[in-house]
Amino acid sequence: MTPTLIADVSGVALPVAAINWHALFFLLFAGIACGFAVAVVAADNVVRMALYLVLSLAATAGLFLLAGAEFLGAMQLMIYVGGTLVLLVFGVMLTAQGPLVTLASAGGDRALAGVVGAALLGMLVLAGLSVPAWRQPASGAVVEPAAAPLGMALVGVRVDDPTANAPAGVRPGYLLPFEIVSVHLLVVLVGAAYLARAKRRKTPRAIEVAASVEPPAAVAEHAAIGRDAALRTGSVLSGGPA
Amino acid sequence: MVEFLTSTVGLSGWLAWTIAAVVSAVLVLNVIAGGALAFIWAERKVSARIQDRLGPTRTGGRFGWLQSVADGIKLLAKEDLMPQGADGLLFRLAPYVSFCASFCAFIALPFAFDVVGQRLNVAVFFVVAVLGLEVFGVILAGYASASKWSLFGAMREAAQVVSYEVPLGMCVVVPVMIAGTMDMVTIAEKQAGWFWNWYIFHDPFTFVIFWVYVTCAVASVNRAPFDLAEAESELVAGFHTEYSGLRWSYFFMAEYGSMFLVSAMAAVLFLGGWNGPVPLASLAGLSAGTGDTAPYVVRLLGLANLVAKASLGVIVMMWIRWTLPRLRIDQVMATCLKYCTPIAAVMFAGAMLWKIALPGGLVPGLSRPGGEIREGWLPGPGGAAIPGESTRDGSLARVTP
Repeated sequence: MTPTLIADVSGVALPVAAINWHALFFLLFAGIACGFAVAVVAADNVVRMALYLVLSLAATAGLFLLAGAEFLGAMQLMIYVGGTLVLLVFGVMLTAQGPLVTLASAGGDRALAGVVGAALLGMLVLAGLSVPAWRQPASGAVVEPAAAPLGMALVGVRVDDPTANAPAGVRPGYLLPFEIVSVHLLVVLVGAAYLARAKRRKTPRAIEVAASVEPPAAVAEHAAIGRDAALRTGSVLSGGPA
Repeated sequence: MVEFLTSTVGLSGWLAWTIAAVVSAVLVLNVIAGGALAFIWAERKVSARIQDRLGPTRTGGRFGWLQSVADGIKLLAKEDLMPQGADGLLFRLAPYVSFCASFCAFIALPFAFDVVGQRLNVAVFFVVAVLGLEVFGVILAGYASASKWSLFGAMREAAQVVSYEVPLGMCVVVPVMIAGTMDMVTIAEKQAGWFWNWYIFHDPFTFVIFWVYVTCAVASVNRAPFDLAEAESELVAGFHTEYSGLRWSYFFMAEYGSMFLVSAMAAVLFLGGWNGPVPLASLAGLSAGTGDTAPYVVRLLGLANLVAKASLGVIVMMWIRWTLPRLRIDQVMATCLKYCTPIAAVMFAGAMLWKIALPGGLVPGLSRPGGEIREGWLPGPGGAAIPGESTRDGSLARVTP
């Protein structure tokens, strides 16, 4: 989408054509992302916050797509906008009750958060301005957007740079980080399953103890005694508090 | 199209780009809206025939052709209601979120060779990612309606869609792996030729995984027997209980749009895309690359092929809907987690082994007449990313350094 778009637009002569569509869309997406990011903080209702967060993240995905990073843009949509937000909404709507649905922050909190945020923003802006290459318009080779080199690099084959300065026998791929992340996610999954599993009762009920401890003959005997007791007392609940 | 506008018509670049973008967007929008009209009529007729009825017979002639238009007018005239306790902003926004997700996914869907809104290198991934966003509109609708039925429906939908994304992704990965690219245009081009080149007949594993894909696709667009989000026997109408009029119809346009989308994806990934069962165009000597009229004829033929396949997929979904009873929520989850996911995983491994063991197919020489179409980053002969240009032996293993 974008590489040809930039090339095409830069060469036109009409005054109206001076609209730089790339810059326009960049400003549009960036504005949406920043505006809704502020809205997340400013909103009171938890679900609305989640919605604004979705919109902000989706605009970020739009920025990635605009930059020609299609894989990254789709990934952003898949992971952040799709996966995380659905889970977040799940969590919010299943847990938020009564006082937690609206989260109005106090004035002091807002002031403190504003100062911290402004400090971080200032640091980022200064850091960004300190890179000389970032002050000029982008120039250089337009890279054909392709996910395949990335995928090959993940399994350890650098097709994009096969002559990397690596010692013989070492492939400078991303296999090891990829595997470490996978194992990490697996650990997280196991942990989540452990936390979410059905808890065993601390004091098992008598019927469970009988079923798990006593041999079958004794169970039958136990049940028979219970039935006799029930018959005697006229209760239909055998084994109940007769 | 941009080249045509700039070179032949003589428009300047920005105007050509704008016109091309608007035309693409309007065409895609009309595919969804017009498709929804046609499919709603078809749904009425299919359901009627399955239940031994006639369906619409009077509105607009013998077959009730204008029934959808009459429906549309009725929906427009309905009162737009909002419950008193509803969250107004989210309630109004939710249908558009659903519709936009469905619409955005169509941008990357190729309808014929190079007839695609925006050819993305990661089209398959993009479509799957965007399709998953539709659930967000449903969740918002369920929450904002201030109704227990809606909330239950939304919760079910969220649980279902999040679970079914896993096996769906696994199914989609198999054609991507065989083709070696996520570009849907290239994937479909690689299945050119006779119908045994289609990826569903590539090996036994892809044949099985196609049916897993069908199951997961039906579940991910919330059609019966997986339509728990709107189970009318328990939840009145589920997440759209409180909606009426045009807002309600936006949900349905999104639903029919998604149905068409997953069917078209099945066609592109497994059923040869726009390549017919018999390569009529190439038998007649037409090619997409050269000549004055031949490219248009070939593309029109391809468009007809793909639309026919996708529509057939939608009709099959209707057939399933009106034939099978609705599953319970635990059965839905069991189908996903205990059957679809393990089967998809095993079939994925099997397809991978098949690709390594039998790179030329079971009967060498029978299949792959078009050869391997390679992506541009691959070195070697025919490395240019022009679909249609072929090299005879283009296995991925050959290019590893």
